[in-house]
Amino acid sequence: MKFGVVVFPGSNCDDDMMHVLGTVMEQETVKLWHKDDRLAGFDTGDCIVLPGGFSYGDYLRSGAIARFSPIMNAVVEFAGSGGMVWGICNGFQILCESGLLPGVLLPNSGQKFICKNVHLSVTSTQSPITAELKAGQVLKIPIAHADGRFYADDQTMAELRANDQILFKYCDEAGAVIDSANPNGSLDAIAGICNRQRNVFGMMPHPERAAEPILGNADGRLMFESLLASVSAV
Amino acid sequence: MKFKAEIDIMPHKELLDPQGKTVANNMEHVHIYGIQDVRIGKHISMNLEAASESEAREVVETACKKILANLIMETYTFELAAAE
Amino acid sequence: MQIVEPQVTVSTAQQLGLTPEEFEKIQEILGRTPNFTELSIFSVMWSEHCSYKNSIIWLKTLPRDGERLLVGAGEENAGLVDIGDGLACAFKIESHNHPSAIEPYQGAATGVGGIHRDIFTMGARPIAALNSLRFGNPELPHTRRLIRGVVKGIGNYGNSFGVPTVGGEVYFNDCYNQNILVNAMSVGIVKVGETVSARADGPGNPVFIVGSATGKDGIHGATFASADLTEDSAEDLPAVQVGDPFQEKLLLEASLEAIKTGAIVGMQDMGAAGITCSTSEMSAKSETGMRIDLDKVPTRQPHMKPFEILLSESQERMLIVGHKGREQELYDVFDKWDLVCEQIGEVTATGRLEFYQDGQKVADVPAEPLVLGGGAPVYKREFKRPAYLDQIAAFNPDSVPVPEDYVATAKKLFASPNLVSKRWIYEQYDSMVRTNSMGTNSPSDAALVRVKGTGKALSVTTDCNSAYVYADPYVGGMIAVAEAARNIVCSGAVPVAITNCLNFGNPYNPEVYWQFVHALKGMGEACRRFDTPVTGGNVSFYNQSVFKDRTEPVYPTPTIGMLGILDNFSNAMTLDFKQAGDQIYLIGPPCTDLGSSEYLRRIHNIRFSPAPRFDLEEEWAVQEAVKAVIRQGWAASAHDVADGGLFTALMESAMVRSLGFEIETDPVFRKDAYLFGESQSRVIITVSAENEDEMVNYLNSKNVSFSKLGEVKGGSALVDKTDFGPVAGWKEMFDQTLGNEMER
Repeated sequence: MKFGVVVFPGSNCDDDMMHVLGTVMEQETVKLWHKDDRLAGFDTGDCIVLPGGFSYGDYLRSGAIARFSPIMNAVVEFAGSGGMVWGICNGFQILCESGLLPGVLLPNSGQKFICKNVHLSVTSTQSPITAELKAGQVLKIPIAHADGRFYADDQTMAELRANDQILFKYCDEAGAVIDSANPNGSLDAIAGICNRQRNVFGMMPHPERAAEPILGNADGRLMFESLLASVSAV
Repeated sequence: MKFKAEIDIMPHKELLDPQGKTVANNMEHVHIYGIQDVRIGKHISMNLEAASESEAREVVETACKKILANLIMETYTFELAAAE
Repeated sequence: MQIVEPQVTVSTAQQLGLTPEEFEKIQEILGRTPNFTELSIFSVMWSEHCSYKNSIIWLKTLPRDGERLLVGAGEENAGLVDIGDGLACAFKIESHNHPSAIEPYQGAATGVGGIHRDIFTMGARPIAALNSLRFGNPELPHTRRLIRGVVKGIGNYGNSFGVPTVGGEVYFNDCYNQNILVNAMSVGIVKVGETVSARADGPGNPVFIVGSATGKDGIHGATFASADLTEDSAEDLPAVQVGDPFQEKLLLEASLEAIKTGAIVGMQDMGAAGITCSTSEMSAKSETGMRIDLDKVPTRQPHMKPFEILLSESQERMLIVGHKGREQELYDVFDKWDLVCEQIGEVTATGRLEFYQDGQKVADVPAEPLVLGGGAPVYKREFKRPAYLDQIAAFNPDSVPVPEDYVATAKKLFASPNLVSKRWIYEQYDSMVRTNSMGTNSPSDAALVRVKGTGKALSVTTDCNSAYVYADPYVGGMIAVAEAARNIVCSGAVPVAITNCLNFGNPYNPEVYWQFVHALKGMGEACRRFDTPVTGGNVSFYNQSVFKDRTEPVYPTPTIGMLGILDNFSNAMTLDFKQAGDQIYLIGPPCTDLGSSEYLRRIHNIRFSPAPRFDLEEEWAVQEAVKAVIRQGWAASAHDVADGGLFTALMESAMVRSLGFEIETDPVFRKDAYLFGESQSRVIITVSAENEDEMVNYLNSKNVSFSKLGEVKGGSALVDKTDFGPVAGWKEMFDQTLGNEMER
């Protein structure tokens, strides 16, 4: 299995992802340039990561300009043929703008950028990044975003629920999904979702920032381990 | 009397508008050609009640100067019309 | 704004902030009367901001050498310290006070952008940012507006740029009501031998401008930065510059990539005084000149005048000198990053800066007389002991009543904006990007930032209690350095060097200058004792509030940004109490001292009192003892006693895990002084019962005072058997107070 981390102009978590996938998880990982229009050397057993950051400065709307990068055509095609695509933070916003995932990410309800540890409750284990976790398991993962308020219309929300596409919800330390634990006003406290085919997943929190004991928190590593285990199980 | 104000707040013309510049530079990605200058501002519409049009104009003027626009970086224009 | 180039006379020079004597000197240098463009060049280069003309004499008295320093203070854009493993750390702090007072959002944002550019223009990748902020009374709506703007500006710029804000400090005091302080620090890493210098060697080599187009922003900004901030400054539109963190991120990546090609001779960012400053400094350093064609400079507006292009402070620009014949390698890199890279001239052997527009020479000035260390003026200012020091000397502690209700007093003190958590502020900063922040889940007195690929971390902090410096500039200057060092030692690291940001009032005011001179003396002495040389920084004068009949300088605020090195992760130390049963010790002297404490200001409304007790040798002994106790593995936590005194420090350690404590005060001392006094050189250490004897034996063998305070116990704070209530309740007050104030 191989990982490709897309570098958009303004991406700033690309190096962090390279570090965790390459150095910490010891996986073959390469950077991909946004101007490339092909994913050379990748097949459907591989995973493309859209990292966090401020692609194109987040100007106009977060992700709105990056989705038109040449590489996004290839990413859409890759996802269509079953390849895994994981968007984190700005990557999630780009996936929503590009239509690979439903919904949008609006400015936080508090109208401010927020960077802090939050807790996530695992809502669905039916995805590569949650397959090895337990439903209801609580993970401490940091967030860092200004536009993280997930929103979708009623019909989309109903489909997300019906198809078990909600992967994570914001919760308190004990796992209770309550308003005071929802940092950005996301509908249904949604922190991460996957597509219907379950090969495209996006989330606002940053598991790569919580993957090493030296940083005092390795909860995020569980997602990377889950992803690797579910691929080798296929 | 009721009025409706349509206010445009724009970045000052002498200052850089990073957002507008970035949007302009990337129009060709979406195959839209010929765009040369983009500046991005805010549109604010508000209803208000005042004794006369000149009073309404003064209220909107004050609102723009005092809070809606940051005159160090932005300029404003508005149109005022009678409302039902 | 239409500016017609006026005929140059001495009054033109004065309008540009030059003195008649300086105008005469310019005429001497040129052998003729300068034209307006040339006069503008001199005015910005000889402004306080660029020339340090009123401070350089005293700056040179600071210790500026050390084994680890790879470049001396003032030689490059930032200091460079060898951290081992073939790596060096470039770091610097800089002010953006006056722009932030006028437009807090853009002022703070461009301050952050500017300091990061100083670091990556040397070839270093910024890995951490810190800041030091001073605001007026937070109960004033004006202050809250400034706080919101500054915090959003720092956050939006740094977050987008992708460098974590790992530390900082915020103080509130009425003296900053009109003139806030915004000091930003950047810390970067570079391989030794891969740095780039701000030089223009090799006549014939091409000169490029890279990054944003040049617009009419910040014209005369450097002059502006050196002039008194008056009530109508906000009318000066061009004083504001707009930051574009996205452009800066591209500029960072492209610059570092361009350096790798080897096609770059020298590089300097454009900050104050824009093209003028970068061309003259690079040329002067290499004893060369430049011929620049202003028509080639990409501009944002048409028909810009020569002086507008030369003085523009448009952000996110670099001046690069390349190797002739290797231009294409540079074009390729900048093209990849969608950045404009335009050749605007070439290096010459003339020693002069020659600027052309429409084929005409519009300015011709020698480079060397323009720059600091060259021919820029140097002044010795008068100073005299400030009169207010008599009021400070008259303070009598016996006039301060001892509190009747300690719990209520502690609560009122603890709720001071200066003591409560700055969570509302720092949660708006990305503190974790780049995945090196060791303090996210376990805080230390200084921020520990892992250096990937090594077993090391940097320990960084910004510190200055300006109330102490006001009370006694000499002692306060020493304390600022000592506290920074203490914080680094408490994080398990060793202090190695400092950068400073000297924020003072008007240097032509002899009493202000007295503060400046004495604060520098104190800093210098402390830096020598801790072997932490000064690697650079900046001076910001004219920080004052202007009233109809008088001006009031801000408290003298020499902010220290200190760098330390943690050689081994196992020595990393955190400030939080770890478990019930751990014993609480105080290393350092307990004493009856209320001087300049938050307690005196907030509870007793006393503004004039001496600086807290401080002895440099005692401080050194305490820090050595703390270092040893941490390295021996005895300490479970270490936290220095600072603002708010011992009680506040204990509570800060207790709140992280909501662990309680029980302590006894020493009846020899005034109880309020014991609990709330800010006597220096004190560190709270907790130790497990099993390590206690060993630690005590060790401390007994050293010439350092220490005492046992009590024990980590339960969930409440008990002082002399009085229940101060659950720590969780204090924590809620600590976390929520500032947010409630800001969101009301």
